Formats: sequence, structure tokens, C-alpha cells
Amino acid sequence: MSKSTCLSLVLVVFSALALFAALYLGPVALANPFANDEETRTIVWQIRLPRALTAWLVGAALGLSGAALQGLLRNPLADSGVLGLSGFAALGAVIAFAFGFAALAPVAALLFALLAAVLVTALGWSNRGPASLVLIGVGLSSAAGGLIALALNLAPNPGALSDLVNWTLGSVEGRSLNDVMLVGAFLVVGAALILSAARGLQALTLGEEAAAALGANLTRTRTLVVLGAAACTGGATAVAGVIGFVGIAAPHLVRATAGQDPARLLVPSALAGGAMLVIADIAVRLLPTDTELKLGVAAALIGGPIFALIAARLASRSAES
Amino acid sequence: MSALLALSDVSVTLNTRAVVSGLSLSVSRGEIIALLGPNGAGKTSLMRAALGLIAPSNGAISLTGGDPRALPPRDRALRAAYLPQRPQSIWPINVEHLVALGRYAYGAAPDRLSKADQAAVDSAIEACSLGALRLRRMDEISGGEKARAHLARALAQHAPLLLLDEPTAGLDPAQALSVADIMRAHAASGAVLFSTHDVALAARTADRLVLLREGRIVAEGVPGAALTPETLRETYGRDARVDRVGDALTITFF
Repeated sequence: MSKSTCLSLVLVVFSALALFAALYLGPVALANPFANDEETRTIVWQIRLPRALTAWLVGAALGLSGAALQGLLRNPLADSGVLGLSGFAALGAVIAFAFGFAALAPVAALLFALLAAVLVTALGWSNRGPASLVLIGVGLSSAAGGLIALALNLAPNPGALSDLVNWTLGSVEGRSLNDVMLVGAFLVVGAALILSAARGLQALTLGEEAAAALGANLTRTRTLVVLGAAACTGGATAVAGVIGFVGIAAPHLVRATAGQDPARLLVPSALAGGAMLVIADIAVRLLPTDTELKLGVAAALIGGPIFALIAARLASRSAES
Repeated sequence: MSALLALSDVSVTLNTRAVVSGLSLSVSRGEIIALLGPNGAGKTSLMRAALGLIAPSNGAISLTGGDPRALPPRDRALRAAYLPQRPQSIWPINVEHLVALGRYAYGAAPDRLSKADQAAVDSAIEACSLGALRLRRMDEISGGEKARAHLARALAQHAPLLLLDEPTAGLDPAQALSVADIMRAHAASGAVLFSTHDVALAARTADRLVLLREGRIVAEGVPGAALTPETLRETYGRDARVDRVGDALTITFF
């Protein structure tokens, strides 16, 4: 059994344990979440299970798209958040919410994530190095941030404004089984697209021209990964708002065990992203704060330093070579 | 003898600059052909065009009878293997994994090889004397070892035509001669087109030399005929002396 498969099995077990823990833990600790009383059933089946499953699916979608984008762009600093896909997805959803088309938010998030993915891939394809690619992402994110601010500024009423601000901070609080189905559907489609491009990502390890000479169809690989990453990010952002850094941290954490092959990182990164977000969400619920800390804020507080660490390592590696 | 590669009156233009102009060349099974010329002479562009990685602005290219731009990527990879001038391994995979990527066109996954794929990888690793390094990561080995690993990857592709862009760059003389031996062994069943700045190695290794300057052929032929003080001056813009020592040619630039 390969290291990647072993790690995936471990992460499946770990994810299951985290999901079970999410049913037990919360502001009200449950001794037996499978008890048959009305209160427990409501807490578990209508609040905690949908919330935990949403967190897992959102984390998996972001972890998978991060690993795929890193393989495609040959850049360990790539992920949906850093490259602006999440920001654009949020912009699409905000526009839909702000102007009364909430039902269209997932589609708008998907289309805007796709737009950002196409832009960043077109601009960053020639492997100009980690720094310039991140700068392109920063530019896209800033543009999305500015346009989100404009949408908020033009929001029709204060209630809508408050909802929108809360949503852009990123959270899985109060999500229902419908949200689970929505993000799950996007993840299934995105995963199918990305996994069918896995071999192309392996070939891209050698760079673009050598990969083409190996027999890889790069147009196909690029199209599948861009569409898949957009589907994963669009679905995750439509349901949970902007949650950054999972896509960069998950592949980074599994690389030491699963190895460096970008194709073999995809599944473990998805599983690790899911488990990470369930655990982060449990932590958010248990923190004794007056107002619950938003999951997107917690992810940024944990993920920011990890991003800085990877960037510093890359900088020292390129200084050595 | 059927040509594995035939270029007929090929021109390549990059960013409005003509990098190859009206070049015709044929590479047949059993041959080793060396491309010589100063930096910017068009050696790399010629190889990239031969593989279909860039489109010629004029002329026709035939890669074992097919237009490389029209061939599906997999078919192209089964006809020609390519070692770029600066081969990369962006992720620090191990040497064996890198060599196994050469089996891509056969549908192989580098960590789950069939017996035939594993045999091809093992023989390429052995040919390039990488046995002791096969589990070492690419970021843990020397520049010369990396060059050998990438050459082994190209060999593992088992394509009849090898296109090697400066395969001996950065190698010590002993390793450069080993690469020459590997090319000779490959030419027993296929053909090799390689570029180099090592004129003496090219003279020793190749059956034919093609001297290029500004995208045009200055001289072409067996080493003894193609390398003269006149052709070397026209190619490199420097005076040169060509001496014969036994079977070998030595070239001294002034």
C-alpha cells in the first residue's frame, strides 16, 4: 500500500472521529448524542451534524482545490484564497445576496471563482515564480475586496448589510442539510474533474515543455483543474463564505507523509482539509467568547502563520540554490 | 533508410525575430547528429519545433511520418523523447520517481509500475549509473547527478528518437563521455539529435555535425569535413585550429 493510501485511511478515521467529537462537543456538552429525546435529536440532527458535515465538506473542497492549484501552477503558495478564487466567489455571492437573488448565490460564486481561476492561470501559467503568482492573487483579491465593499456600500438595508458582513467573515454556523447537499454536489463535481487531471499534474512536475514532451495533454489538464478548483471554491464559498488558508495548509501538512507527487497529494489534502475545518469549528464553538468567533477568522489566525512559514522556507531555499 | 525526423525548409519566428531560417535536416535510425553553434543560433528552437512545441512559420516537419503539431501528445511522446536545456523537477520527488515519469505515455503511474515499465525504468537507471541514488530526493543530489537523472527519464521513454538539448552541460569530462556512450548505445536501435557547446565531444561522438549561426546552416557533414578553421570562424566568429590526433579531432579557439 502506498504512503498516500495509508495516510488517506488514517485521515478517513481521523475525520470520522472529528465528526463524532463535533456531535458531542459544543456550548451544551452531550453525554450521548444518539439519545432519543427531542432536545438531543434537535441539537444533533438539525444543528451539529449539518454544521459539522458542512465544515468537513468545505474544508475538503478547499484542501482539494489548493492541492490541485499547487500542482497545476507548480507553486506551493497557491490556493483558492491566496490566488483570489475565494474572493471572487465571495464577490459573486455577495452581488447575488445584496440584490435579492440569494437563490442564485451558488451559481454566481461558481462563475466568479471560474473567472478568477481563468485569470490567474492565464497570468501565472508561465511559472514566473511563487512571489509574482502570489502578487497576481493579491491583486485579484484586492479587486474582489473593493467590489465587495462597493456591494456592501450599496446594500439596500442595514439588516442585509449585517448579514452580508457576517457571511463574508466565513462561518458554518446555522447551516442545514440543504447546505450540506449543495457543497457536497459541488465537491463531487470538482473532485471528479480534478482527479481526472491527476496524471497531467504528475507530468507537470518536470515543467510545461517537458510535460508536453512526455505526452501530457496540457490543455486538458489545465481546463479540468481550473474548472474543478472553481467548482470546489465556488461551492465552499457559497455555503460558508470566505475561509482562507485551508487550501495552502492541508497540502503542506500531508506532503511530509504522502510524498511530493502532486497527484498523490489530492485525496489526502481533501481529507486533511475536511478534518482541519471540523476541528477548527469545534474549537470556535468551545471558545468562551461572548460572540462566537467566525470560522473564517479562526482559519486566518491559524493559517496566516503557516503561510508565512512556507513563504520563508521557499525564500531560504531559493537563496541557497 | 527511413527518417525518424525530417525538416524541410523550416523557419521559426519568435516574437518577430527569425530564430531558424530555411533549415532542412534529416535524422535517420542509427545516426547521432550534433547541433553546434553559439548561444542564440537556433539549436533549442529547432528541437522545440521538431517536437511540435512551437509552430514553424514556414516549411514542413515530419516526426516519423507525422506532423508533430497534429499528432496527439501521447503518439508524439512514443516517437521522440526530449531533454530540455534546463530540466526541472519542481517538486523534490526521488530519482526513481522522476525516471518513472518517462513512462507517462504508456499510461504508467510512477509509484505503480507494471513489470514492463519497471524494467524500462531499471534499465535507464542502470545505463545512467544511478543505482545508488534511486531513492534520493532530487533536491539532495548534485547538479551532475540531476542531469543524469533527467537523461535517464528521457531514456525510459523508449522513444526511437532522442532530442537532447545540451545533455553534457555542467558535467565533468568523465561524465560527459559516459553520456556520449549512452547516446551511442541508443543509436544502435534509434537515433539521437543533440546540441552542445563541447565541439570536441561532438566531433568524437556524432556521425554528422550541423553548424548553425543565426538560424542558418553554416556547415554540415561528418566531423572531419564539417569542422574546419573556416567553418568554425563563420560559426563562432573566432579563429580556430583543428588538429587530428589519431582518430580524434582537437579544436583550439584563439
